[in-house]
Amino acid sequence: MDILWESQDPLTVRQVSGNLTERDLAHTTVMTVLDRLAKKGFARRERDGRAWRYRAAETREAYVTELMLNALDQTGDRHAALARFARSVSEPEAAALRHALGALGRGTAGSEDTARGTGK
Amino acid sequence: MTAVPGAAFILAAFAAACIPAGSALAAARWPRRSPAAAIVLWQALGLGWGLAAVGALGALGAARGGSGVAGGAFALVSRALNGGYASGVRHLLTGTLGLRLLALAASLVLLLLLCSILVAAFAAVLRARRRQRVLLSLLAHGDPKVPGALVVDHPAAAAYCVPGLRSRIVISAGALDLLDQAELAAVLAHERAHLRERHDLVLLPFAALLRAFRWSAVAREAQAAVALLVEMLADDRALRHRSATELATALIRVGAAGAGRAPNGALATADGDVAARVWRLLRPAPRLPSAARALIGVAAVATVAVPAAFLALPF
Repeated sequence: MDILWESQDPLTVRQVSGNLTERDLAHTTVMTVLDRLAKKGFARRERDGRAWRYRAAETREAYVTELMLNALDQTGDRHAALARFARSVSEPEAAALRHALGALGRGTAGSEDTARGTGK
Repeated sequence: MTAVPGAAFILAAFAAACIPAGSALAAARWPRRSPAAAIVLWQALGLGWGLAAVGALGALGAARGGSGVAGGAFALVSRALNGGYASGVRHLLTGTLGLRLLALAASLVLLLLLCSILVAAFAAVLRARRRQRVLLSLLAHGDPKVPGALVVDHPAAAAYCVPGLRSRIVISAGALDLLDQAELAAVLAHERAHLRERHDLVLLPFAALLRAFRWSAVAREAQAAVALLVEMLADDRALRHRSATELATALIRVGAAGAGRAPNGALATADGDVAARVWRLLRPAPRLPSAARALIGVAAVATVAVPAAFLALPF
């Protein structure tokens, strides 16, 4: 998939195998993977003579954005699907909490946030 | 037909009483001291409410003298069927049989509705998770700083887990830059606790109820309360391996980094969540004494057992 993302033009199976540096994969293996990506909608393919040419359906950034939007969505429907570590805190509240953490006098050393809290 | 069957009245009162009880539990302070006990009580309250509501309608229709509401319902249906079609229709039009069958049907519809709400919510959750896993398999990579977790190259600070049989912990590149090694370890310990104890399954029914009853204040309170309790439970588990300060700093940093990105209106409850967790880490209250926890357990068992008894036992 990374190879498709990096390429400007649609690639044939042979071109993709040629660009795979890490392993010596069989031509049919690469073909199967590309075929599966196309079926799942991550790649589009078009006829070029006797071969298929593949390109990425969306940019890598678009998929990263989708992933992050789902994860950071605060409206509630995603609650059950994913478990977030921490929801957002407003800046005044965060400042109050940092202060409380600093006042405890055992904040993590070298942490700029707690240093600010203790008034150094 | 002399009176509304006593069982129907008691079950209806029980279902109605579950609602103020839920509000009281959402407002109480003690659940923060023993989140696990409070979660069990929430689950019992939800299950008890469902049984009582379905049972109350069923009891209105069920024939007396049977064995419980469930047995009585079967007795009534078989009586209606045995009466033959012609006399059955006459009965339906003139007697109480029609009304009683109607009550039984309403009870069945409510039962099916509650079950389908759960199934639909579960299906939606599975779909969202599958999409996450596919995208992660294409986009994410490992990082030695966070063993066992996946890293997504995005500047926003985010840490979350995708529960399920093939679970994932995801850390964004932004969070990786923001947190130091100890804080990252605290985040991982927290997320692993979620995955290990399947907290998502605890949360799912409450999220499903909220989806179906958006207008209900109690459904919203229940969902928010259980969500917070589950986070506190995972915090407690993380404290077995990491210090409270590491976890609290990680919480504040990730939380503050997310501020400003989300619409302000949606923040009201979320705001309180992180603050409540941090205060709890900084000034821990003692766990409830074992006698109090035992009492909560008894209350939870009774909340389910009372409506269940009316459904299954003769009355």
